[in-house]
Amino acid sequence: MLGSFAVLRKQSLLGDAISHAALPGIAIAFLITGAKDTNTLLLGALISGLVGTFWIQGIISKTHLKSDTALGLILSLFFGFGMLLLTYIQKQPNANQAGLDKYLFGQAATLVESDVWLMSIVTGICLLVLLLFWKEFKILLFDADYTKTLGFNTKFIDILITTFIVLAIVLGLQTVGVVLMSAMLLAPAAAARQWTNSLSMMVFLAAIFGAFSGVFGTAISASQNNLSTGPVIVIVAGIFVLISFVFSPGRGLLFKQIRFIKNRRDLKLHKTLAFMYHIAKTHEDISHPHTIKILNNFQGYTKGTLQKLVDKRYVKLESGNWSLTNEGYKTAANLYNQQSENNE
Amino acid sequence: MKNKIAVQVDDLTVAYNYKPVLWDIDLEIPEGVLMAIVGPNGAGKSTLIKSILGILKPIAGSVAIYGKPYDKQRSLVAYVPQKGSVDWDFPTTALDVVMMGTYGSLGWIKRPGQKEKKAALEALEKVGMLSFKNRQISQLSGGQQQRIFLARALVQNASIYFMDEPFQGVDATTEIAIINILKELRKAGKTVIVVHHDLQTVPEYFDWVTFLNVKKIATGPVKDIFNDDNLTKTYGINYKVVVSD
Repeated sequence: MLGSFAVLRKQSLLGDAISHAALPGIAIAFLITGAKDTNTLLLGALISGLVGTFWIQGIISKTHLKSDTALGLILSLFFGFGMLLLTYIQKQPNANQAGLDKYLFGQAATLVESDVWLMSIVTGICLLVLLLFWKEFKILLFDADYTKTLGFNTKFIDILITTFIVLAIVLGLQTVGVVLMSAMLLAPAAAARQWTNSLSMMVFLAAIFGAFSGVFGTAISASQNNLSTGPVIVIVAGIFVLISFVFSPGRGLLFKQIRFIKNRRDLKLHKTLAFMYHIAKTHEDISHPHTIKILNNFQGYTKGTLQKLVDKRYVKLESGNWSLTNEGYKTAANLYNQQSENNE
Repeated sequence: MKNKIAVQVDDLTVAYNYKPVLWDIDLEIPEGVLMAIVGPNGAGKSTLIKSILGILKPIAGSVAIYGKPYDKQRSLVAYVPQKGSVDWDFPTTALDVVMMGTYGSLGWIKRPGQKEKKAALEALEKVGMLSFKNRQISQLSGGQQQRIFLARALVQNASIYFMDEPFQGVDATTEIAIINILKELRKAGKTVIVVHHDLQTVPEYFDWVTFLNVKKIATGPVKDIFNDDNLTKTYGINYKVVVSD
């Protein structure tokens, strides 16, 4: 759901950076409290995720570095620091430490009821904020400068969006883990964009795709032994993306190709017809027959296109000679008029 | 007649890094003029507009709209950004973009209703784009996109309009359509300020002009100051234009 905004902001990689940036937060939270309470750990993740995000934005606005450089820098820096802390924790004689690494790849199986409650509540809040500030989010995404001139506090809207993206990521960490979280954020949104041209529909579809990936992924991993849930969910989401890229009617590759071929074929027919119309005009009888050789000599039209025109009854074939029918003549004349109108 | 000052800029200085982009600009724009801002690339034309509108933060200087700070007078001002500044692949329709012009008067959280929709449709009609209202913005031509932006500003029903290169990359038909709308705005007593590139059309389209190249070179009525002397000062080369009367 929130992934739609990340995709439209062209900050897709931000999700990746945030999820990696959350790792040291988890580790530090554990070091301070010494306990493995989920809420505390996630709070740590949230804080370090936010710190990472604002650093990234700071780097972009204060230096000449491009956003991808800033993202990469923060991503690896925080992740490296997080790994360092994790290994340090593992060396400690604290029996509690086992299992922290589940945040790396996620372990949906370890979710308990209170975790699910937390997720539902935060999702509910996200939804509410999204509905309330829908107009503000939309206009900021489309045209930030203009939004400012209308008197909106763009910084506030920006921080609001970013905070909720970070929140969504941090919550997902438990399920799919640091490494795969960004796919969970982006895949549903990227898939949804293929099917629709309206922002509300895109957000709605992304939520549906995300939910389905979660349900299917969990079901598949539960039915097989030794399949961890997180990666399966991500793969299911990936399949959604693949299907969307190929089969969506407006932007999909398949339909684009089909439309392209069909257009070419139509144009070829029209050209052949127009050509015959021109020759026919020079003769008194519009159905003056021509051999294919003459037609071929001019522009190399294939027998195939002529045959198709015969099927449409625009052209008739008599003893090896091709000629225009009355109907074909009329259609060609119309076509010709249309063309010149379009050009005006 | 033209004695009321719509926009007053004092000592405005803007810098991105160390080098100033605008240096100590003083500018008075009288009410009811159609003004072009001209100058070479990098002269700070867009920057001037953006800092008047508070999008960029100046190092020094102040801006007053009808004698009061811009913050208090926002509702009087509409802005048409450069067409290239937004992503036209954004999933939305032409009508939706024009509706955005009403968001400012709506304020936070409130949704646009029938009244706003009616205003947006009227603006679309004015720019001759009514039949495209449900069109995806990605499927509009450059000229049509520019008209949509203009319609969005018209919806705001402001007194002062700032436009950043509205004629860039549009065909002759659109250019004429836009300039006619701008002239209508002026007739209605509005003030229109346009960043403009095509020097040849300045005398034909505008009645007021500001020459800018980091510093303000000159500002005033086109018929008085649009001459070779000022053009040469602004562009640094010997410039000759034929001003037909």
